[in-house]
This record gives sequence, C-alpha cells and structure tokens, in this order.
Amino acid sequence: MKGKFIRASALGATAALVSFGAFAQTVKLALIDPQSGLMAPVGINQLNSWRYVADVANQKNWAGGPKFEIVGFDNKLSPQESLTILKQVIDQGIRYVLQGNGSSVAVALSDAIAKHNERNPGKEILYVNYAAVDPDLTNSKCSYWHFRLDANGDMKMEALTSYLAKDKNVKSVYLFNQNYSFGIALAKAAKEYLGRKRPDIKIVGDELHPLAQIKDFAPYVSKIKASGADTVITGNWGSDLALLIKASKDAGLTANFYTLYAATTGVPTAMGAAGEERVKYVGYWNANNEKFVGSDVIEGYNKKYKDDYYTMATYTGIAMLAKAFKETKSTDPVKVAAALEGMKVQSLNGEVEMRKSDHQLQQPLYIAKWVKVNGKDVKYDQENTGYGWKTEALLPTYLATQPTSCQMQRPK
Amino acid sequence: MEFFLISLLNGVSYGLLLFMLSSGLTLIFSMMGVLNFAHASFYMLGAYFAYSVGLKVGFFPALILGPVLVGLLGAFVERFGLRSVHRYGHVPELLFTFGLAYLIEESVKVVWGLAAVPYRVPAILDGPLFTLYSTSFPKLRGFMMLVAVVMLLSVYLLLTRTRIGLVIQAALTHPQTVESLGHNVPRVFMLVFGGGCALAGLAGVIGGVAFVTEPSMAASVGPIVFVVAVVGGMGSLAGAFLASLLIGVIQTFAVAVDWSLAGMLGTLGITVTEQTPLYSLWKLQLAQVAPVLPYLLLVLMLIFRPKGLLGTRAD
Repeated sequence: MKGKFIRASALGATAALVSFGAFAQTVKLALIDPQSGLMAPVGINQLNSWRYVADVANQKNWAGGPKFEIVGFDNKLSPQESLTILKQVIDQGIRYVLQGNGSSVAVALSDAIAKHNERNPGKEILYVNYAAVDPDLTNSKCSYWHFRLDANGDMKMEALTSYLAKDKNVKSVYLFNQNYSFGIALAKAAKEYLGRKRPDIKIVGDELHPLAQIKDFAPYVSKIKASGADTVITGNWGSDLALLIKASKDAGLTANFYTLYAATTGVPTAMGAAGEERVKYVGYWNANNEKFVGSDVIEGYNKKYKDDYYTMATYTGIAMLAKAFKETKSTDPVKVAAALEGMKVQSLNGEVEMRKSDHQLQQPLYIAKWVKVNGKDVKYDQENTGYGWKTEALLPTYLATQPTSCQMQRPK
Repeated sequence: MEFFLISLLNGVSYGLLLFMLSSGLTLIFSMMGVLNFAHASFYMLGAYFAYSVGLKVGFFPALILGPVLVGLLGAFVERFGLRSVHRYGHVPELLFTFGLAYLIEESVKVVWGLAAVPYRVPAILDGPLFTLYSTSFPKLRGFMMLVAVVMLLSVYLLLTRTRIGLVIQAALTHPQTVESLGHNVPRVFMLVFGGGCALAGLAGVIGGVAFVTEPSMAASVGPIVFVVAVVGGMGSLAGAFLASLLIGVIQTFAVAVDWSLAGMLGTLGITVTEQTPLYSLWKLQLAQVAPVLPYLLLVLMLIFRPKGLLGTRAD
C-alpha cells in the first residue's frame, strides 16, 4: 500500500516535471509570408518585427516560462505554395501559424487548418492572422482556429469614410484596388458606406488591377487624372502602392490619397515630399501617437534592423499568446485557443479585446497624415525621408466595431 | 486630348523599352536560328550589373559598363556552351538556353538576395521633363525613349553601313559562302550573340531603374519578348520595332478603357444582369484583360499571318 503510494507520487512528480519541462520549452511559431519577389520587403520587415517582439517577450519572460521562436517560411504570396508549406510546418511539429499578407492566402490557410484540426485531434494548429483583412474571414468564413489581430477591411473603411465624409472639399472619389478577395470587398464597402454617409460624392472610377504584377502604373494614373477625381481610396499595399504613388508623383497627379497601407515598406520612400499633406492612412496604430506609446520598440527595432517598426499587431499577438500560455500554464493550442476567446490585453494602442463571437480583435483606429517631422507631435519619420505620420483622428474602439454574421463552430 | 497624348507617350515609351528588349532576341534568332529562352535573364543581369557597378562609378558609366559585361558573358556562353550544343541541333540548343534561364535566376537570388535592390533614379533624371496641359512627363521616360532610338539607329547603321555588318548579313543567309570567302563565321555568331545579350542588358539597366530590380523581373518580361518577336516576324528588326510599339500602345490604351461585352450588348438593346449566364465573362472590362491582350494578339497572328508583320520566312 505504502509502496504503491510512493510509486504513484513519484510518478506524479515525474509527470509534473515532464509537463513543466514541456511548459518551459521553446514554442515555435511558423511565419508563412512572402520573403521573395515584389512583396518581399514587406514580408521581411514583418518577419523581423515578429522576431523583435518575441525577443523582448523572451527577455522579460512575458509567458512565465516558455520562450518564443519565429521560424520564417517563404510562400511567395501564393495560396498553393502556402498549403504545401503548411504540410511542412505540420511535419515539423510546429503548432502555431502566423500569416498576414494576402487574404487569398489567409482563406486557404484557415480552411486547411480547420480541416486538419478536425481530422487530427491532439495535433491541432492555431492560426494567428495579423494582417489579412478580408471581412469574410470573421463573417461567413469564420473559423474557431483563426484569430485576427488587424482590424478588418469593413472596420477600416467605416473609419476612413466617417473621416472623409467630414471633408466638404471631397467631390469625386476614385476607387483603386487589387483584383482579389480583399480588394473587391474593400471597393464594395467603400461604395456602400460613402453612399450612406455622403450620397453627394460621385464615384468616378472603380478599378481592379492584377495583384503584385504591375510595374508601370503610368497608364492607370493618366486614367485617374482623366476622371477628374480629387480623392483616391486605395487598399493597395507593398509594391502595388509604392509604384502607384511613384507614378502619380511622376505624372503630377494632385489628388488626395486615402490608403490603408501607406506606412508599409517602400511607400514612404516613393512618396517623399510629394505626398506631403496629401496621403493619409487608416490603421490600428501610429508611431507618432498622443503619448508615443511604443517608442522603445520603435527605437530598439530601428537600432537592430535599420528599418521602421509598423506592424504593431506583432506586439498584440505575442502579448496575447504569452498571456494565454501563462493563464493556462500550457502551450497546447487547444487550451490556448479557448483562453484567447474574449481575452483582453494592454497593447500599444490601448486595451484590446479578442471578440469571442468571431475572433476579430476589437481595437481603436488611427487616421494619420504624411507631414514633415517637427520633433513635437511628429517625432518619428519613416525610411529616413524626414517625413512622418501625424495623428489626425483617433477613433475609439466602439466606433470601429462592426456586427458579425459568424456562426462559430466550437469543438466539443 | 490631354489623356490621349499622355497615354500615347506612355505607350510609345513602353513600346520602345520592349523593342530594346526584343531586338537582341530577333537578331540572334535571325542569325543563328537559336530561340534564346534566357534572353530575359540577360535583361535582368543588365539591371543588376549596372546597379552594382553604378554604386562605384555612378549611373551613366554603369549604363555603358553594365551592358558590356552582359555582352561579354553572352559571348562566353556562346563560345563555351551553345557552340558545343549546336551540332546536336535546335532542340538541345533550346533546352540549353531554357536551363540557363533558371541558372541565372537562381544565381541572382544567391548573389543579390531575394528582395528588390534599391536601384535609385539619378538626380539628373528625376523630375518632370515637360508638362502637357496639367500632366507632367517624367525625364526618365524621355531618357528611355532617347536611349531606344539611339540604339535603333546605331544597330541599323552597324548592320547596313559597316563591313562587319555586311558580313553579318551575308552570314545570315549564306553561311557556307561567307565561310569559304575566308570569314570566321563562328566568331561572327559569337559577336552577334554577345551583342544581342548586351542590347538586352541595356534594356535591363533602363527597365531596372524605371521599375523594380528584383529576381522575378526576368520571368515577368520573358513571355512578352517572344510575343514581340513572333508578331513582328521572326528575324525582322523592323518588324520587332513595329510590334513593340503596337503592343506598348495597345496595352496602355486598353488599361484606360472600361468597355465590356455587357456594355456592348447594352448598346444593342440586350441587358445583361447578374442572372445572365456567364455574367462574369460579360462584365469583364477591357482594362482588366489588358495584360492578356498581347498574348491574344500572338495567337491571332499565328493563325492568320504565321510569318508575322514583316517576317520573310514562312517556316
């Protein structure tokens, strides 16, 4: 009897040790994003951003034991390639997937991960989407294993149009987007919201162009010019935005640009002085925010990588995962997913919440304008251009909140 | 009017870049019968060489040095690669250049990395050249046109007014006769191949600085070069010139036009709605299919006039 007890407690202690060993281990996160081709500069900046925040978290032991390790995989922005990589990731025993560039990739991954998890209990994968903003992903195509850290396209368009509606000088708008799920959804939302808020504004163009293929935007720019639009709304990102802005600068197009991604790699250099006062972006953060929250991250990142930190979702992401690891004392994706639902953390843009009903992060949104650095409210420039983003408006979380049609299927 | 003129200028300058790119291919094909699949790779090498050399010596010397380096590499490839494959016929030659294209692309990735290199426009070419109504035309595009025209003239003069040009032309049709007259025909071939590659390299310098210098730039222009060569007529330099301008202008204007089949049917009194079968086809705008148009032209040309616009050979 006694012997049995000793054996049992020894077993228990070993089990505890083993599980503690497992808990204190390094957690690998697979980042599946473009690291080659036209969109590589953005992908590599974000890979570094994840690595940087992971390092900070490891040093300060945010997760109470486990260390983060980011493993980069190059998907060449192709959904097909991403699925092949996902198999590799699964084979290597990595249980966490991070992805952000391209909603086409996100939809494919989310679908494949949901299927994998259903068929392989005990080997579940958790998918953190930090930048793919097609609204469908948290509506009709929502999945329990998918968590979105960025504000979705509808939320951003809601904020952007509310701000734009106040500007009485806007008479005609040109919609310019990439021809895939996200661009199409964004154009639709823009038309709908503008029609509701400012029916007097004319939509003079609704262009969809191939994603990440066009190098010469001059023909498109002369078309925008000919339409007489005073404002361009674009969801373009990466080289598609940098080259568009470069071509409009060359042709002397003077319309205002309302963008989602003008703060991403390559665009600031393309804008330079020509974008002053004319280019705006809507996003979940601005480096030049009211209290310069996150300045240590910006400066540390710049020192290490000689680049700008702008993908603040990496901070939110690591903070949330760390909190979930700590709370559940586990790195098992099943437990972590349950803990993430409805979780609130303090991120660089204030308190944010992972909404339980659709796994869409609820957070405030910023609207910022491209101006000269002045050392006061505009302290940080981008890409050493001497220009940076001035906060024009800060929309509290409830204003950007959108209803969802998601009917979440939770595992039993 | 403003729109028309600017689009025309954009189209012509793009067409001229295409011509720089494809003239070398046409030259090589007409002389040696080699369809050089690696041609666009030499275009890419031109951009990368000029970028690297330019960091040391500045943009304009690199504009000459880059293509010269590419030309030397081309001559080397001909002398030690193609020439030994040549005796086995055209298919091995084709496969050789096909493999070479991959080899070059992978080497570029290894040497210069996967992302684009920051190839900047020199200050003197940055800014507007002139303003038409209210649209400005960038200096770089003007420079692109100038280089293309100078190149066209020099190649034309070289081929028709110099001794070496005459030998090249003769070797084109009667290689045996030229050889029996005491000319070293293989060396002429090497010169032409190197020269053709150098022309592609020159286009690469301009294209690289005007757009983006990255490892997939070869793959993105590869197919269109063949369209130019086929539409213009295999081996016809003048044909390639015409075809390049045609494709440049068509593509530029197509982007600007929102016509669709649905609209066309609309004017005929047939309304197309989302319920109509094949709706996604009817509503496609010309602007959206603009990138496909050159290939459509290629297919039509092969069906109705296989020898191309100005081609002389029917085979």
